[in-house]
Order: sequence, then structure tokens, then C-alpha cells
Amino acid sequence: MNNQKPLIEVKGLQKSFGNLDVLRDISTAIYPGEKVVVLGPSGSGKSTFLRCLNCLEDPTGGEIIFEDVNIADPSVNINVHRQKMGMVFQQFNLFNNKTVLENITLAPYTIYSKQAVKDGKTKKQFKQECIDNAMVLLRRIGLEEKANVYPSTLSGGQKQRIAIVRALAMNPKVMLFDEPTSALDPEMVGEVLDLIKELADEGMTMVIVTHEMGFAREVGTRVLFMDEGVIAEEGAPAEVFDNPKNPRTAQFFKAVL
Amino acid sequence: MCSLTNSAEKEDMKIFLAASILERFKKAVIVQDRWKMYLEGLGNTIAIAVVAAIIGTIIGVCLAMVNYLNKKTGKLSILSKIANFYITIVRGTPVVLQLMILYFIVFVSWDNGMMIGAITFGINSGAYVAEIARAGFESVDDGQMEAGRSLGLSTWQTMWHIVIPQAVKNCLPPLFNEFITLVKETAIVGYVGIMDLGKIPGLIQSRTFDYLFPLLIAAVLYLAVVLVLTRILHIIEKKLSKGERRNGGALNE
Ligand SMILES: Nc1ncnc2c1ncn2[C@@H]1O[C@H](COP(=O)(O)OP(=O)(O)OP(=O)(O)O)[C@@H](O)[C@H]1O
Ligand SMILES: [Mg+2]
Repeated sequence: MNNQKPLIEVKGLQKSFGNLDVLRDISTAIYPGEKVVVLGPSGSGKSTFLRCLNCLEDPTGGEIIFEDVNIADPSVNINVHRQKMGMVFQQFNLFNNKTVLENITLAPYTIYSKQAVKDGKTKKQFKQECIDNAMVLLRRIGLEEKANVYPSTLSGGQKQRIAIVRALAMNPKVMLFDEPTSALDPEMVGEVLDLIKELADEGMTMVIVTHEMGFAREVGTRVLFMDEGVIAEEGAPAEVFDNPKNPRTAQFFKAVL
Repeated sequence: MCSLTNSAEKEDMKIFLAASILERFKKAVIVQDRWKMYLEGLGNTIAIAVVAAIIGTIIGVCLAMVNYLNKKTGKLSILSKIANFYITIVRGTPVVLQLMILYFIVFVSWDNGMMIGAITFGINSGAYVAEIARAGFESVDDGQMEAGRSLGLSTWQTMWHIVIPQAVKNCLPPLFNEFITLVKETAIVGYVGIMDLGKIPGLIQSRTFDYLFPLLIAAVLYLAVVLVLTRILHIIEKKLSKGERRNGGALNE
């Protein structure tokens, strides 16, 4: 794996909120096809780390190299790069004022319609393409009959699966998940994890913050254990879970397993 | 006998009074088709209020948006200062003076008084709508903007498609209330000779030398419009809260 070029390279990443140093000098690389699971106690900086990867939080130091570009550089047009990084939130964050179908088509249509017109398509043709693509995605998760309803009428599990395919509609190179099942009722966790597993099996590169240890072990190809803003330990899941080298890691697993 | 003449006199008096009241009413309404003037005035009042509400909503939403974006991204501090300056100036001075400044100074060579009145009240209302819209923007979940940005949409694209529609919807009732206020407040455009409903009684009095019915009729017309609009406001509020209950229900599923 390591003779490949990393998809995302994190070099000396730092993030502070005022006086609070949340991330302190994090360096790692995420290779194509990897499923990196980020674990760690509450407040250790997992979400902040994930949100720095697509610069939803502006890093206060270090570099994030994505496809040869340091996207942490404020002079970079971050929107262009974010299109290739899907993100899924704990609270789903579906657009409340848009139907399910519009939730999925909004970004591809808004972002690519100009280019489509340049390529000789009419706006209407391109819109239809976006809709067709969205319907394929909805069919895949078995929710095509929900295309024209508003998010407020959906269950949590349905919302999160739609949030996932909304991100997929941009054909991302990597998917970032921040506790995708933490806000769900227990009976809905399975359907969401199954979809994520499916994506993993198809080869999608992923970074996943989760508290689902079984899932982390099964799907993860590498574990990052974060503690107090640094990566305290990393390695293959079996290694980190069964033979943690760092006492903090051992303590954490003892508490959660 | 004495009482007989007395009651006859009273009858006469009553007839005389009734005739005179009827006469006054006729002069105020029917003579020279004066009723048309009230309707024209009413039409002008509503036109000024509608245009002012549109201008005010656009200005107010823009002011609130500048402050909202400045708070979220810290990138619009100069624009935000200008917005707050505008709000302070407009709120801190009487609208009558603002009207006179626009009418007699800024647009002195423009003879469209109605439009000047509408612009004045639009500018004035904008400063108040800014406060209403601020609450609207703050009621939109931060996750909405984050989701838009994470998909690669720009701040402005996300504002336009996601945040602004939700912010405006969330503050529709107070916005509509502001429109109702405008219908009444714009009565002062009469100061600069604009023929709105508030100006009509004075105009008719200058011909009939009688204020009673003209004032009464204008008041009744204002009241009728306000009552109709208030009814509409209640319908809007009901619709919105129904939507909310549905949202809540789905969350508990
Ligand atoms: N926008 C912010 N402003 C100030 N402090 C913040 C902000 N976001 C996060 N923090 C702080 O940074 C620290 C790390 O937060 P973060 O959300 O990254 O932790 P986490 O590992 O994801 O925790 P959890 O498991 O609870 O989600 C916390 O102390 C938090 O209070
Ligand atoms: Mg978190």
C-alpha cells in the first residue's frame, strides 16, 4: 500500500480555538482504498480532525495535501476540492427546505450546470441527468418512493442514508463520516452501517469517526487512536484492539468494550 | 299644551338633524363622486405599503445576512459595520424627517411622489426588518450551511438555496406584521402631498368644510384593511405551526 501515493497527506496539522489547542501536530496519510477509523475519548479532537480534512474548520497550522494541493492554504479555492470529499454528519443535516430529490441534485446541478452548458447540453437536459442519477442512488437504498417528500417526514435512518447518497452524488474520492450512527435510534443503526459497509466493499476511501467498535474492527483497515489532540496510537484494527501499546488506548478500550 | 309644542319641536329638531347629517354624508361621499377619492387613496396607500415592504424586506434581509456571515466567517467586518451604521441612523431619526430629506433634497427633481414615499418607507422599514431577519437567520441550524459547504457549494450558493429561504420562512409572521404596520404608518406621506388614504379627509374637508365623515370613513377603511391582513397573518401562522408539528411528530417516530 505504501508505495502508492496518498490521497490525503496531513503534515503537522494544528488547530486551536482561541487558547484551546485541540489538535497538536498531527501527521498521517490516507491512501486510496483505505478505511481509516478514528477512535478516542470525547473531546480528544476527532471531529475537529475530520473537519480539518475538508477545511470545514480552518487549520491554524500545518498542511493538508489533497491531490497535490495544500488545501489548508487560504488562497486555494476550497470549494473545488470539497466537491471531491463527501462528508456525513452526526445530525444528517439534510436541507430542510428541499425535497429528498432536490437534496441530492442541488450540489451537482448548481456546481456543474455551467460546464454542462459549455459542453453543449441544455440546462434542462443536464437537470434531467442529475435527477436520473439521483433516482439511481435512491433506488439503491430503496427509497425512490421518498423522492418528493421533505426530510421532516423521514426517520433518522432514512435521513442518514439519504445524506450518504447526497454526498455520493458528487462522485467523491473520499468519504468523511463523523459519528454517522450516534444520533440514531438503535434499531436504525444497522441499515446505515450496512450502507457504509457496502461502500467500503466497493473500494471507497473512507475516514470514519465512530463509537461502533464492532463495525470499526470489521470494516476498518487502520485505526487512529486520538487522545488530547494527538494520534496516540495507530495500526491495524486487530493490533490496536487486542494489543494496544499505549496505556491510554488500553484504558479506553477497557472502558468501551 | 306646553309639552305638546315641545315634543313637536323635538321632532322637528330630529328631522332637521337627520337631514343635516344626511347632507353632510352626501357631501363627504356622493357629491362629485367623492367616494372615488377614498378608493383611490386606499389604492395608493396599499401600493406604497407593498413597494415599501418589498424594498424593506430586501434591505433588511441583506443587512441581517451581512451580520450573520460576519459572525460565522469573520470576513465581512467592514460591511457589517456599515450595516450597523445604517440601522443606527435610520432607527435614530424620525421617519417624517427621512421622508422630507428624500422628497425635498435627494429626489428633488423627481416628480413621482408615490415612489419617493415607497422608497422612504422601504429604507426605514429595512432597518427594522434587519432585526426580524436576524432572528430568522439565527433560527437556521448551522448544520445546513456546513452541509452545503461540505458538498462544494460556495457560501453564497448555500445562502441563496438553503439558508435565506429557511430564514425568511422562519420569520414570515413578523415580516407580515411589519407590512401591516407599514399600511398604517405610511399615512404620513400626506405631509409631502402624496394622495394616500390618510391625505383624503383633509382634501375633502378643504371643499366641504366638514371633517366628520371624511375622517370616519378613512378610519373605517384603514381598520378594514388591517383586519383583513391580520386574518391573513393568522392563516400564515397556523400553516407554519402545522408544518412544525409535523416535523416534531416525525422526529419522535
Ligand atoms: N467551534 C469550537 N469552538 C471552541 N471549541 C471547540 C469548537 N469545536 C470543538 N471545540 C473543542 O475542541 C475539543 C475537541 O472537540 P471535538 O469535537 O473535536 O472532540 P471529539 O473528539 O469529536 O469529541 P466527541 O467524541 O464528544 O464528539 C473540545 O474540547 C471542544 O470543546
Ligand atoms: Mg465529535
